[in-house]
Formats: sequence, structure tokens, C-alpha cells
Amino acid sequence: MLIQATEIVDTFAEAFAMWAARLVITAETPEWALAAAQSMTGFATSVIGCKCEAGIEMPLAPEQTPDGRPGISVLLFAMNAEGVGKRLVERVGQCIMTCPSTACYNGLTGEQRVPVGSQLRYFGDRYQISKLLDGRRLWRVPVMDGEFLVDDQFGIQPAVGGGNILILGSDQVATLKAAEAAAAAMRGTPGAILPFPGGVVRSGSKPKSRYKFLHASTNDSYCPTLRGMSPETEVPEAAGSVLEIVIDGLDLAAVETAMRRGMQAAALAGALRITAGNYGGGLGQFQIHLHPLLAGAAA
Amino acid sequence: MSLTFTLHTAPVVPLEAEALSPARLGGLSAAEAAKLVVVHGNRSAPLGEFFRVEGSGDGEIHVTGDLSHVKLIGAGMSEGRMVIHGPVGMHLGAGMTGGEILVEGDAGDWVGPEMSGGRIVVKGNAGHLAGSAIRGSPVGMQGGEIVVFGHAGNEVGHLMRRGLIVVGGDTGDFTGVNLLAGTIIVLGQLGHRTGAGMKRGSIIGMHPAEMLPTFSYACTYRPVFLRLYLMHLRRLGLPITDAQLNGSYQRWSGDAIELNRGELLLLDSGGTSAPV
Repeated sequence: MLIQATEIVDTFAEAFAMWAARLVITAETPEWALAAAQSMTGFATSVIGCKCEAGIEMPLAPEQTPDGRPGISVLLFAMNAEGVGKRLVERVGQCIMTCPSTACYNGLTGEQRVPVGSQLRYFGDRYQISKLLDGRRLWRVPVMDGEFLVDDQFGIQPAVGGGNILILGSDQVATLKAAEAAAAAMRGTPGAILPFPGGVVRSGSKPKSRYKFLHASTNDSYCPTLRGMSPETEVPEAAGSVLEIVIDGLDLAAVETAMRRGMQAAALAGALRITAGNYGGGLGQFQIHLHPLLAGAAA
Repeated sequence: MSLTFTLHTAPVVPLEAEALSPARLGGLSAAEAAKLVVVHGNRSAPLGEFFRVEGSGDGEIHVTGDLSHVKLIGAGMSEGRMVIHGPVGMHLGAGMTGGEILVEGDAGDWVGPEMSGGRIVVKGNAGHLAGSAIRGSPVGMQGGEIVVFGHAGNEVGHLMRRGLIVVGGDTGDFTGVNLLAGTIIVLGQLGHRTGAGMKRGSIIGMHPAEMLPTFSYACTYRPVFLRLYLMHLRRLGLPITDAQLNGSYQRWSGDAIELNRGELLLLDSGGTSAPV
């Protein structure tokens, strides 16, 4: 399959079952909401080393937020429900509550919940106040700039992590240009985030290593400098650089939508080849095949 | 289909009509409903002696007429919707745990006493003791919402423990007296001795108010939680202005003769300096 001159490899991305939460962060200005969101989603690129993956989903206009102030929605993913709960308490407490003028609300409906405000309330040292409005419990934690308002419980749901596309280009500049275009097209997909810096990862990994103390190591099949040495190289002679975009989504449809947008944008931006990473189908719970994904868009 | 009750004979003395509640009327035919017992003074009587009953009890319940002397309508209801077309007497929705009552008129004293869920909306005025405890009870309202579009009398939210009371007009004296927790919002003028004896809870006013000497000024700030409440009230049809939504509020802590954990929030119309 070709999109203009870009080859789309007939393969699939292998993705994994995860758990996710959505947070709505509001603040006095969009800039402060962004500061809190960027802090909260920092060091959250991969569950391998960061215990969670998180990213900004989209900015929210005042009329879209519970308190009518400017806001941002953020998604956080972990391998299990307990992990989501722990990371939320840590990150909301250290990165959102600490940021001037913010409030933090649950952004998911659904029955399964984890305690967040009900944990953070203790920071109020007995001066915290609970409010119950229309079935929703919130906590007012007194802080130096007034009060931090946070939902008592946050909803969580099963989700999909590790959707991916691999973009091969002639050199680093060209590949980066294609990847930037892809990330820009994918960003803002409802229900999806790109957890790596700028949405792009250059150090893709494989789930094994010759060193016993490591669980993962460089994806040598896609390292151009190892084309002559790697026994299973996937890098064609014309390619001088490979970049990967990883997508986490609240559901499979969100991941698929983001992947489709990314592939189309990367192809239009001059990528040589687009493929995806998988483990032969033996690890992940989801397989996202690239050709049907694009054929569906064409139809 | 709804069940409708139209008053055809005004009671001579107050009529205790606990039977007028979805809890009692659910699934009944008009004929069956007319036979339910009410208490008129010192005697029992069938509902049909005072009301013409039509329809069936598998939908809303509508009650029409000058019901100023009809008490305990909606008492104990846990679900369903009642619409009262006309003024209604005391103890409306007493002890209710769910459902909704809409009064297209005024309500007497004791609206929603010791209720713990559901919503009562009074389009006109309410009397004294809205959302309060029965005399002698240690705790009053424990949940739900009371929304009065007009004025309310004295002792609104007496011994309230949880829930929301909103008054679109003025309140009388002792608003939030002995408040345990919960939220009272008054869009009109507050009467004397607001918050007397309150332990916790929030009383919010949109005009300057007379403060008891046992209340202390804390600061003037913009409480975010209040935005959620005011947006909720807008959705219910109350005239919340942008100035109220975005404004700064003086925070007063009290009552110092109790826990001193209660708060009065008063819209600050004159800037952010501490009151003199």
C-alpha cells in the first residue's frame, strides 16, 4: 500500500490492556492550567520506568469545565486500577495542588472509582471542608492562595496502551519533519494521548536484553547505524532515521483514530515508509492492522 | 398517566394529608386513592371528602387548589414527582428521601423538615423554619435540596446537617441557626443574627449583612467551590449574575461560641479591603 510515495507496511501494532483516568484541571488562566498539566504529565512516558503514562488530551474552554474557568483535560494510564489510583494521588498532590489557582475534577463517568480528594484532604490538617452538590462530593483544602478544590473520587476505566507507528525517513531532519506532522495531527484526538516528549520517541525498545538486569533494550532492528550488524534489521538502505509515536487511548477506537491521522500526516510530509511495532502477537491484547485502518478511512 | 387531586371542599381546620405522597399513591386507581385516610382536626376522613381524584397513580401527582391549610403533602416520599398548583400548607415534604416536589405558589412553615434527599422547589415564598429540625430533634435536614424562588422566614436551615437550601429573595432572622454543616445560599437580604450558634457549614449572601460579634473576618477571596454551586443554581432557573459568579467574597468564621468552623461568605461589592 502506498500513500503518495510512502510505503505502508502490511503489519500490525500490538497494544495492551491498561487502566486510565481523565482529569480536568482548571485555573485562573489557561497558562496556569497548562503549567499544572505539564507538571502533572512530566516523567510519565512509559510504565517501564515511570510507573504510568500521561499526557495532555486537549485544552478546554471555560464553558466546558465544571467551574466555568479555562481548563485542560489530561489522561493517565497504568497497568492496573490500583496503579492509577496511586499515581493520581501522587501527581495531583505534587503537581496540581501545588500550582496556583488550580482545581482538579474527575473527567470520567462510570462506576469504578479511586479515592483522590479523599486522600488529599488530609493535607488540610483538619481545616479541610467537604461539600456535597448534586451527588458529587468535593474537598476544599485550605492553601496559601485560597483553596484547592478536588473531587473526592475519580473514575477509572479499562483502556488501551501502546498503539504505535514507526516512521522511517531518509535522514534525521526529514524523519523529524514527518514525525512532527504526525504528532500534530494526532494531538487533540479525543480520548488519546501521546506520552513521549513532543509525542515522539527516538529510543524505541525491544522487550529483552543480553543483560540480566535489564528487561528492555534498544530496538536494534530499527537502528540505522546497526543495519550492517543487526541480524533482523528492518531498516532499508534508503532510510537514515526512524522515529516512533506511541498512543494510549481510553478505548481502541481512539487509538485507531490517532494512528490513522498520524500515518496520513507522516506520509504527506514525505516519510519513506510507515510500519508498526509488535511482538508477534504473543504479548498484547490488541492488534491494530495498518492496512485495514487506512482502507477504512479511504472508504 | 398522572393522578390529579383537585380541592373541592376547603378544610375548616388544618388537614393532615400524609396520604398525598407517591409513597402512598403509587399504583392506585383514582377510586382507591380517594379512599385513603386523612386527618381533619380530631377525626379521620377519606381523601375524597376534600378532593376530586382523577387518573391513575403511575406517573406524576398533581394537586390543585388553595392548599394553605393542607399539611404534610409529600411527607416521606422517596421517589416520584409532585406538582402543587396553588399555595400549600405546613410540613411540605417532611422527612422525604427522594423525588421532587414543585410548588407553583407559596409554601407554609416547615418546608422539608428533616428531609434527607430529593428536591423541593417553591416558586413563591416559604414560611419560617424551611429545612429545619423538628423542635427537640438534635439534627435537622440531612440531604437534598430546597429551592425557594421568593422569600423565606426565620430560622432557615435550623440544625441542618447536610444538603443545600437556596432562597432567591430575603430571609428572616436566625438564618442557619445552629447549623451543623451543609450550605445555605441567600440571594436577597439576610435578616438578623445570621449563623448564630453554627458549628460548621456555609452561609452565602449577596449583600452586606449584620455580623454577630462572635464572627471573625478572615479574608476576601474568590472561592472556586461557590462557582459550581452558582452554576448549578443558574441551571435551576435562579437569576445568578456574572458579578456573583466571578466576584470576590468576604469570609467570616464563626460561631466562636461553638466550633468556629462555620463560614459566612458575603459578596464583596466594594473591593477587596477588609471591612471596617
